[in-house]
Amino acid sequence: MSATAAQRFLQDAAVKSADLVHRQIILHGLESYDAAHLRGRARFQDWEAARQKCQEIKREAINHLDRYLLQFEEKVISRGGHVFWAANAEEARNYVVDIASRCGVRTVVKSKSMVTEEIHLAPALEKAGITVWETDLGEFIVQLRNEPPYHIVTPAMHLNRGQIADLFREKIGAEIDGDDPSKLVTAARLWLRRAFFAAEMGISGANFLVADSGVIAISTNEGNGRLCTSVPRIHVVVTGIEKVIPRLEDLAVLWPVLATSGTGQPITTYSTLIGGPRRPGEPDGPEEFHVVLVDNGRSQLLADAEQREVLHCIRCGACLNICPVYRHIGGHTYGTTYQGPIGSVLTPHLSGIREFQHLSYASSLCGACTSVCPVKINLHHHLLHNRRNATTEGGTKFTERIGFRVWRYAMLHPRIYALAGWLARRGLGAVYGVGLAGSILDPMRVWNRRRSPLPLPSESFRARWRKGLAAN
Amino acid sequence: MQRRVSLFVPCFIDQLLPEVAVDTVKVLRRVGCEVEFPEDQTCCGQPAFNTGYWNDARPCAEKFLRVFKDAGVVVCPSGSCTAMVRTFYPELLSSSPLRSEAIALGLRTFELSEFLVKVADVTDVGATFPHTVTYHASCHGLRELRLRDEPLQLLRNVKGLKLMEMARFDECCGFGGTFATKFESISIAMGTSKTENVAATGAEFVTAIDSSCLLHLQGILGKRSAPARTIHLASILAQERP
Repeated sequence: MSATAAQRFLQDAAVKSADLVHRQIILHGLESYDAAHLRGRARFQDWEAARQKCQEIKREAINHLDRYLLQFEEKVISRGGHVFWAANAEEARNYVVDIASRCGVRTVVKSKSMVTEEIHLAPALEKAGITVWETDLGEFIVQLRNEPPYHIVTPAMHLNRGQIADLFREKIGAEIDGDDPSKLVTAARLWLRRAFFAAEMGISGANFLVADSGVIAISTNEGNGRLCTSVPRIHVVVTGIEKVIPRLEDLAVLWPVLATSGTGQPITTYSTLIGGPRRPGEPDGPEEFHVVLVDNGRSQLLADAEQREVLHCIRCGACLNICPVYRHIGGHTYGTTYQGPIGSVLTPHLSGIREFQHLSYASSLCGACTSVCPVKINLHHHLLHNRRNATTEGGTKFTERIGFRVWRYAMLHPRIYALAGWLARRGLGAVYGVGLAGSILDPMRVWNRRRSPLPLPSESFRARWRKGLAAN
Repeated sequence: MQRRVSLFVPCFIDQLLPEVAVDTVKVLRRVGCEVEFPEDQTCCGQPAFNTGYWNDARPCAEKFLRVFKDAGVVVCPSGSCTAMVRTFYPELLSSSPLRSEAIALGLRTFELSEFLVKVADVTDVGATFPHTVTYHASCHGLRELRLRDEPLQLLRNVKGLKLMEMARFDECCGFGGTFATKFESISIAMGTSKTENVAATGAEFVTAIDSSCLLHLQGILGKRSAPARTIHLASILAQERP
């Protein structure tokens, strides 16, 4: 029997949390992010007000998703674009593969898009005999390594320059001395430039879909996004339905907040708005423009009033960056498209609570994620909701269910609670007295085997209170 | 006039760390409070709630409301258990007739440092502790109750105490309730990072408002035979001037 997602998670977490080299590399990246993020927030006159505004915009959009999506669709179609509503990953993949086959596409260039990862688009295209190139530098690197992105914003955060230089020498035959970043970037650019001009189709995601003007908004830093969306003959946008926002002017706050939360930048290097195919008389742009609106479980989340706000997420990655669990286990351990706190909240909804409930438990509920979320999603409280749902629908362990029943009985009967506490301290005291703390005979083994033993006082507080402490 | 306060002692403090509650009583009495301890109290229900067993946690919350029904002000030497009452009871009891009662009780239930600074208006409790101390901001106190300065204000007024600032003092220690055992390796790694940050300050003690964090950190410090020890804020504040 193959290992379940939960078993793999536990194994990988044990390996990664003890891997100090790995930790050093990601801390290096995260510490410079921390500093940039702090500086970025300080540039706002009132960061909290900006978060509040973003939350309101997204709430309005999500609560009226039906209306705004239709408005967006109408505008795109009026400019000669195509809109496809994909209920699930398969429909979305088939639509894109069909266009590619119909148009004789042999090479596809992609700019960064987590939704395409979610629906496993690249493997589907490759299966149809099409060459796919990731053109975001980080994505390109993990593609060459045959790995999924390590982080939703910085996909190759887990690698250092030396590893990337070796990879480029091996996989794309780059002749690079040393690991100078500018040389690495040049090697990737040379390689990808050929791909851009060979490609008949460019695939991008979208950071926002603007309803009132029917345009997609993309934030990038490397310029690859603009090449993907303007050079090839066909441009396909693959995006989640939750990305829609009501008005163009909303970008005035969403763009800088996204950039600040994502990388600490005031605004990303390239902020692009695209509304359709090339129009008569225009010198560039694609001949065909398609937007694939992916549902894939999102409308089910929309129907859940308690957790609907999870759809507010703008995929900035701030919750991953601050998460102490992410910082200790890294992105690949999650085994999901979306990692970190947002991934742990979202994945059970998109991919099933039975298989992914463990992620909602793999958090100390510290709330650091919620404190940085730019659209104020109460992430750690949603982990609690997922946990509650797991006990009612997910099939938790029988022993745990019985354990909490017994526990509850004791807690409702103070005398039984006090007696159980006394017995436990005496019993454990006997075990520890003969040096068996943390051993297989220690009922508290899971606590004690890697920690020094629990303290076992002879008297509880309530006993001491009765014995005289009560006198004021 | 003496202020009457009801003491809420978290179950694991009651059973494993009674000294913390004894010290809490000392501090409260020193600042002029009359302390009562309703003996029918057990656990606030947080372990079940956090593990997803809301149906098992709910009766605990209802019992808690009964036990403290007539209490004026409730004081608890734990940010986490206070947050359970103030932040999470209203949600746990969202479709119960007791919800409004839960909200009202949450508003008069205070973590110890919060009570001292915000309610009793005391920042100097007359303690002496001639040691170097670093402060770990426990998550529930910091992010659910928004207690950032209250414990530090109290520590700064302890005679002889030298406060050493710790890198990432507001990052989780890795305890997280059942997380500590369900995901032992992650919990230990997080705790180890925290103890390394403690060690880097050179302080003799690491303090916090939550014994749960400290129990976990002491467990790791103990295994590493590290020089620093843990001590609850109440136990520092209870040390009297000679």
